[in-house]
Amino acid sequence: MHISKSVNQYQSRTQQKRALAEPAWVRNLLILITLAFLTLFLFLPLAAVFSEALRKGWQVYISAIVNEDALSAMKLTFIAAAIAVPLNLVFGVAAAWAITKFNFTGKSILITLIDLPFAVSPVIAGLIYVLMFGLQGWFGEWLLDHDIKIIFAIPGIVLATIFVTFPFVARELIPLMQAQGKEEEEAGLVLGASGWQIFWRITLPNIKWGLLYGVILTNARAMGEFGAVSVVSGHIRGLTNTMPLHVEILYNEYNYAAAFAVASVLALLALLTLVFKTLIEWQTARANQSAQIQE
Amino acid sequence: MSISIQQVRKNFGNFSALNDVSLDIPSGELVALLGPSGCGKTTLLRIIAGLETPDSGSIHFHGKDTTHEDVRERQVGFVFQHYALFRHMTVFENVAFGLRVRPKQTRPSDAEIRSRVQELLQLVQLDWLADRYPPQLSGGQRQRIALARALAVEPRVLLLDEPFGALDAKVRKELRRWLRRLHDELHVTSVFVTHDQEEALEVADRIVVMNKGNIEQIGTPEDVYQHPANAFVYQFLGNVNHYQVQVSQGKAQIGHQLFSAEKGAQDGLATAFIRPHDIEISKPTRGNVRGKQDAAFKATVSHVLPVGPLVRVELKVSDNDRILEAELSQEKYQALAIKQDDEVLITPKRVRIFAEPS
Repeated sequence: MHISKSVNQYQSRTQQKRALAEPAWVRNLLILITLAFLTLFLFLPLAAVFSEALRKGWQVYISAIVNEDALSAMKLTFIAAAIAVPLNLVFGVAAAWAITKFNFTGKSILITLIDLPFAVSPVIAGLIYVLMFGLQGWFGEWLLDHDIKIIFAIPGIVLATIFVTFPFVARELIPLMQAQGKEEEEAGLVLGASGWQIFWRITLPNIKWGLLYGVILTNARAMGEFGAVSVVSGHIRGLTNTMPLHVEILYNEYNYAAAFAVASVLALLALLTLVFKTLIEWQTARANQSAQIQE
Repeated sequence: MSISIQQVRKNFGNFSALNDVSLDIPSGELVALLGPSGCGKTTLLRIIAGLETPDSGSIHFHGKDTTHEDVRERQVGFVFQHYALFRHMTVFENVAFGLRVRPKQTRPSDAEIRSRVQELLQLVQLDWLADRYPPQLSGGQRQRIALARALAVEPRVLLLDEPFGALDAKVRKELRRWLRRLHDELHVTSVFVTHDQEEALEVADRIVVMNKGNIEQIGTPEDVYQHPANAFVYQFLGNVNHYQVQVSQGKAQIGHQLFSAEKGAQDGLATAFIRPHDIEISKPTRGNVRGKQDAAFKATVSHVLPVGPLVRVELKVSDNDRILEAELSQEKYQALAIKQDDEVLITPKRVRIFAEPS
């Protein structure tokens, strides 16, 4: 009886396989459509960026990049990312830790709040900061009295960047830490470890790949953000222009070669990020796989 | 280190996990907290460890109130149900963890840690696994490493949450005996949680039977098995037949036999409990309505399961069609030579009728 049952199961499984397998022409068509789509909407624009950038030769390309305003835009972009990424790393870990390891009232509200930057348009995010810190804003007068500039200055850009990249690390870590549970932390506690020791020696090694992934996503968004930053920046050349904003200005001035040159740098950074991301995905997949084999 | 638990109460929302539980665990004993899932046994264990705080009541270690002491200061060893080994550390580092996280003044030197860990790994007979990672170990090995890790901090009390729950039957049996021997060697006061009565009966010095947040009975394995305090304990330890009887003046009739109910049993309908091995089966012979056979009553064999050391026989009582299960040795079974649909005579040798309805 058992044998016949397992044979039935086998048959039904192979039938299922056959049922799922499309004829060759359908498969090829689907692959073709996907490829055509990717080429049209992703690969061609990317190639266009580089070809446009180099249309007037390397000289123009290099000079567009080493242009003072361009360099200052790059610097500002890196500064914004360099502040936003570590801050959101710390915040993301803290939030994920609080949400997954403790029970408290208002937990679901906190989870919703973390998602807020994903839900609202970046432009609104920028406007919120203008409303708060702008000249006519809530703190405008006070800031003016104390000679602190936030809107149309670097702090505003950093704030806007932090806001839009807020959820990435936490969103990446919460499901991971939920899946891992808190037994290992409790084991550490019973063995006499302090909170810091538990975090550094137990929690952090367990989440490191997820954390790195979150950081990379945060970084990518921080460097590429346009909307929110555009609202608070004021577009002052050489002062409050980030790379995406600089590209827009050059483009509006019909300086296509320079616009595309800067854009190509941005695209290169994005590609580099993608490579890192793929490496980490590969790494985590390998870690998961070995864990599963041993299970 | 003796443990004293006094009127501990714990609620999770509306669910009351422990209702004023009091329990004394003498120094050096191996105690089992036994009960069905949701009876509060794990909660009690976690309260002893300090991983949960009771809503009211107190915990004393060797007479000293530790209710509000931090987990870290209690010096307990805790073995988690799923071991909770640190997956990114080698076996060696797992065991060494408790020593390495000590503050500088009390932390042993590297050499001392090394020799201590080696010693513990030898104790659990796994010193050859020192460089492996937890995912590379079998369930039984993980269990023993978890135990070595808990013992590394020289705990005053060892607490184990379902220590054999996640293992397959054969490994479980082996580890059971091993844990018992280890306890006899170390003599550290130990409490373990289990839902498996066989495990509790085999391993523990004393068993605490729990149900719905209350302690039903505390006693040696023999005590609780032979003299269960109430219907719950009787049912929970071993197989049992339920038989509806009519109690009048503290007695109930089963077949032609009168059995006395426990003290305090009210007149009226009650449930009698009969263990399967307390049912004697005999073949009807001509004119056997005499003598000892008087007590017997008729039944039909409805099913026989002749597998294993004991033969299980399902019987249908002729008078009222109730089903009873009996167990007899293979020898007895051969001698009786019964088969399905045979008419037999059965005699309950021991019957318990408890005061409370169940």
